[in-house]
Amino acid sequence: MTEPRPFVRRHHWIVRLTHWATVVVLAGMIASGLQIYEAYARFGNRGGPYFVSPFDDAQFPHWSRLGGWLAGALNWHFALAWPLTAFGLLYLGYLVRSGEWRALLFRPRDVRGALEMTKYYLHLRREHPPQGKHNPLQKLAYTGVIVLGGLAVLTGFAVYKPTQLAWLTALLGGFQAARYWHFWIVWAFVGFTITHVILVFAVDPASLRAMLTGWYRGRFPSHD
Amino acid sequence: MTDTPMLRRADAQTHSVDRRAFVKLGVAGGAAALVAACGWDGGRLLRPGLLDVSRVNDWVGEKILFSPTRLARTYSAAERSAMLPSYFISTTVPMLEDPGAWRLRVEGLVAQPLELSLDDLMRLPRVSYTVKHHCVEGWSAIASWHGVPVSAIVERCRPLKAARYISFASFDADYSNGWDMASAMHPQTILAYGMNDQRLPAAHGAPLRLYSPTKLGYKLTKYLVSMTFTDTRPGGYWEDQGYPWFGGI
Repeated sequence: MTEPRPFVRRHHWIVRLTHWATVVVLAGMIASGLQIYEAYARFGNRGGPYFVSPFDDAQFPHWSRLGGWLAGALNWHFALAWPLTAFGLLYLGYLVRSGEWRALLFRPRDVRGALEMTKYYLHLRREHPPQGKHNPLQKLAYTGVIVLGGLAVLTGFAVYKPTQLAWLTALLGGFQAARYWHFWIVWAFVGFTITHVILVFAVDPASLRAMLTGWYRGRFPSHD
Repeated sequence: MTDTPMLRRADAQTHSVDRRAFVKLGVAGGAAALVAACGWDGGRLLRPGLLDVSRVNDWVGEKILFSPTRLARTYSAAERSAMLPSYFISTTVPMLEDPGAWRLRVEGLVAQPLELSLDDLMRLPRVSYTVKHHCVEGWSAIASWHGVPVSAIVERCRPLKAARYISFASFDADYSNGWDMASAMHPQTILAYGMNDQRLPAAHGAPLRLYSPTKLGYKLTKYLVSMTFTDTRPGGYWEDQGYPWFGGI
């Protein structure tokens, strides 16, 4: 064991609140979304052609669905869309105001560092590359998931109001295309979450405490 | 069981007790919420709240997102879908015993109540278009419709100032829909007596149905018998069961 490190402040309460609130709200959005999907489990106008999807006519397990039936699921989905968007905007507002976006945003200059981190994880490089609050792969993942959140909201609006927001629906390729992307974003979120949780426990378990209490005593820097 | 050593290692590195307590609390709370919520429309506790939020969303849809003048995109007849599903709530296709005796009653808060035959309606201004139909279930299909704009009926029945809604009633059991006046007055909201250049088929609501590309399919009352102008918000068959009242797209 090395010397015990001092606790450092790592996450502002806004970051912690929006993080955990998003976990709960997004779970509800996905569960009600899977119930909504059941009503028409394919993508494309009636009579085809249909988008390629491995989930055609799929029924998701009962435990994964929320709302009981289509109307119940719609009401959950449209109600939870408010806190999802509100927490997302609160988080983005905090990132911008605090300047913390600098430690999080993946930029072209991070490409090289991302490659080095990849080498390290693949055991092609012995020492951990130096990093700030987040390593370049984390920046890529966190930037990506924020973009994903934005796309979830935009595709959602395109499906919700395809006539009033026809420009948005058309931009996304039409009503059925918007449904298709809205649905695939779910699996990107699920993939991100599984990877994220595995890495928290495998690489930096102290970060879990930091996301709960704000205080961190792990092996990585808390500032750039 | 494979994650147990990992958790122990984590405990060794941080203050175990409160972190563990936090995790337990979070996991237990989340799991309880999920178990309680699965396959669940909110129950007695949350369902009224969800319906209240749905009313807020109706308001946003009606007052902010709905444009009384923006027209839905139209398509060419060649782009029509191969099929458009139809449904009705009666056990068999609702049919009139004596189609010749059918009249559309226009009543309620109007200066001039009307009784219109199909021939009367066909003599009124005619609108036709090919648009995409959006079902609340998520499917869509392109079809052509023709009929008389609701605004032309409004012009003739002259609603009173107090009239803010229209209740459309059918002879398909007790199926009906309540509409806000702005959506009803949209230039593409019509009482359709024809589909895909033909007379409206029985499966799609003959002799007359409501149609508009600004609403989800369940708002488009088929098998019409009356439109009643009201000052209070009328319910509807699906709306009363929890589907969004506005149903605008």
